[in-house]
Amino acid sequence: MSALSDQLVTFAILAYLVAMISHAVEYALGNARKVPAAAPARELVGAGVGGAGGTVEEPAGAVTPAATRAGRSAARAALAGRIAAWITVLAAALHLGAVVTRGLAAERMPWGNMYEFVLTVTWIGAAAWLVVLWKQPSLRRLGLFLTLVMVLLLAFAELKLYVQVVPLMPALQSYWFIIHVSTIIFASGIFLLGVVPAVAYLMRAGWEQGKRSFPYTLARRLPAAAGLERLTFTLHAFAFPVFTFAVIAGAIWAEAAWGRAWGWDPKETWAFISWVVYAGYLHARATPSVKRNVATWISVVGFLTMLMNLFGVNFFFTGLHSYAGV
Amino acid sequence: MTTVDDRPSAPPAGAPRPRVNPVLALLRNSWRQLTSMRTALILLFLLAIAAIPGSVLPQRGVNPEKVTEYFVDHPDLAPRLDQLGMFEVFASVWFSAIYLLLFTSLVGCILPRARDHVRALRMRPPAAPKRLERLPQHAVLEAPAAADPEAIAAVLRRRRWRVAVRGNEVSAEKGYLKETGNLLFHVSLVAVLLGVALGSWYGWHGNRILVSGADNAFCNTRQQYAEASLGPRVDSADLPPFCLTLDRFEADYLASGQASRYWATVTVDHLDDGSTRTAGFSVNSPLRLDTANVYLLGNGYAPILKYTDRYGRTQTSTAPFLRSGDQNATEEGVAAFPDANVDPKTGKRAPDQQVAFDGLYLPTAPDSAPFVASQFPAERNPAVVLAAYRGNLGLDAGIPGSVYKLDQRQVANGKLKQIGEKVLRPGEKWTLDDGSTLEFVGTKPYITISVRHAPGQTMMLAACGTLLLGLMGSLFARRRRVWFRVSPPVGGSPTSGSSLVEAGGLPRTEHPGFADEFAQLVAAVSDDGRDDRRAREGDE
Repeated sequence: MSALSDQLVTFAILAYLVAMISHAVEYALGNARKVPAAAPARELVGAGVGGAGGTVEEPAGAVTPAATRAGRSAARAALAGRIAAWITVLAAALHLGAVVTRGLAAERMPWGNMYEFVLTVTWIGAAAWLVVLWKQPSLRRLGLFLTLVMVLLLAFAELKLYVQVVPLMPALQSYWFIIHVSTIIFASGIFLLGVVPAVAYLMRAGWEQGKRSFPYTLARRLPAAAGLERLTFTLHAFAFPVFTFAVIAGAIWAEAAWGRAWGWDPKETWAFISWVVYAGYLHARATPSVKRNVATWISVVGFLTMLMNLFGVNFFFTGLHSYAGV
Repeated sequence: MTTVDDRPSAPPAGAPRPRVNPVLALLRNSWRQLTSMRTALILLFLLAIAAIPGSVLPQRGVNPEKVTEYFVDHPDLAPRLDQLGMFEVFASVWFSAIYLLLFTSLVGCILPRARDHVRALRMRPPAAPKRLERLPQHAVLEAPAAADPEAIAAVLRRRRWRVAVRGNEVSAEKGYLKETGNLLFHVSLVAVLLGVALGSWYGWHGNRILVSGADNAFCNTRQQYAEASLGPRVDSADLPPFCLTLDRFEADYLASGQASRYWATVTVDHLDDGSTRTAGFSVNSPLRLDTANVYLLGNGYAPILKYTDRYGRTQTSTAPFLRSGDQNATEEGVAAFPDANVDPKTGKRAPDQQVAFDGLYLPTAPDSAPFVASQFPAERNPAVVLAAYRGNLGLDAGIPGSVYKLDQRQVANGKLKQIGEKVLRPGEKWTLDDGSTLEFVGTKPYITISVRHAPGQTMMLAACGTLLLGLMGSLFARRRRVWFRVSPPVGGSPTSGSSLVEAGGLPRTEHPGFADEFAQLVAAVSDDGRDDRRAREGDE
């Protein structure tokens, strides 16, 4: 079962990679919105942003040659995008299979070490992305960045964090383990997904303001900035209460296990920092006088603190959250 | 972050209204500045940044040994950092200043908002604007089923809107929960802080090692703890009187050496009412007494070492050996016999004839040398690896030292000499050069416990609950207003005889689904709530 899980992870990485390439093809083939605003071409706009479930509209009859070329290219791009979305679904299914078989192999929830933690967090991110995609198909192009993040994180987990399946140590044998760790994983997965539209927004907003230097040029074919910004906020507003609950659950567990609810262990300190930064983001977002890109930068900083808490604290500091196999 | 308060309060000399007391004006401006969102955001970030050294540098409250180590490793830097409070970040003046300012700002912000909110709750939804078609949502209903203001109000009330009817106009507002939740969240934060304060004033805790057996029992007094800290409002005499005896300690291990279960059984004697009971506790399930909680933090073995000195007097040490940190429970420790070799004739203690043994305890020793590490954490093949010392242990010098280590200064200056090394298995005896003997009798398990009383935790827990509720209300509720205006049928209307209803909607906070909600509401008014009932049945 453990070997099956490992194979499924490898296949999931490959599938994310294929999805990423397909998204890249969609990206390279161009943007339906860039089609000259001729009347027949406008119908093609619908094809370009039609989404995973939509159908390709046949190019209308009387069109100029240029518009036809652009239209064909847009249709191909849409096809590549839809293929990418479906491959992402396949990858997420393989990924889920890897998580489940890992749990079956260990005969416990598969969250006992950093490898399993990253494996599950990335799955939450992918699953939440599919939900977002289903609800707002027009954001599909973000998939390029999302699959990139997936491939990087999963490959890193596979290469650097992998450990054999072992049972939980006594300190982790508590129902609070399930409550605390599952909610932390869930919130982390949503924050992970949230940083994708946040970064995309920062690039796209720059592009829309007329910046044409390197990182902004990447955003030429991204969805409109306002939508990205709204998605960023929705994801963070959803994840923040979950994260808050997870930290509180951790404090309740810490009281039972270590005798104090809060003791400024490095992991607790960084969770506090993340919480404060994300609270800052939500406040900044709710304050009209704070510019949206400043607020979004705060959310990116928040994600960096989450990364620091996961990798930095586990590798550089020892504390009460240090368990066998990092 | 660098632009802190770049709009200083107006200088008193240039105050526009000369009658206002300049000091008051300055105070008021500072207060406004402090309670502004900008300041709050800056304070939030300062708080996050200020917490970073608390995770990078060792902290006294978390790991005092690491702080001592840091002082040894960085003799120049450490005292300077210490002056800045870097080893007690979360108790430092600057950290406290940041969060106290932040909470002052928070209180200053929520008090007026709470006042306004109460006012808004008691007020009727405001009158309709003149031109409803200018609102983000607008609809005209011809011949709706609910055609008079009261019928429309009834539809809205069923959907839990606050409604006010003024003549031919209906105003309704919904989503007060957003502000209520927001205020509840911030008040809860203050309550959490108060809970923390309560805990630090009236709480106390002590840590120690408890070796099994009745002769090693301990009672809850400050002196009996290796490390204790009492809140400023707690006196040593306030500690509740009880004693603990470790009867049994069980540990199960997997084949890999990873522990799978710990269980400690203790006898609790309550000295105040004379009652006695036996209780078990473990990691994750502490022993909860009425007045304090006992937490299992660690465990190990205390070798029983019986030393018979050259005059034939026997003393036994059950000093716990401490885990050295490896997975297989290799332990290090010292058995000191400062009263060894007291001449029975004179009764005098010879300060240069004291004896001590230091070394390792291996629960599962290898079969052959080197005896440097245990191979399994359970006692499968126990052995002690000891070095014997004779001389002056340096205990009378009055310099505080660790009881788990020999005073190396005494070894360095030659007052304490090593006289041999040996591996002993249970029951084995070692005869030293002066004819005295050391017998390794066996071991006793010990546990490391923390005894704590933390008032304020119930309050913190309750506050955390309301905090979450408030947070969700604040994030997911949405304030919005709708208005309906009923116009009597006018000549020229295509459907003369029935009235015309105009509706407008205004989301007061970001609300992407408002258009849908408004459309549903308008449809419900058109059908006089039939849609409404159907939707509700569909939900169930």
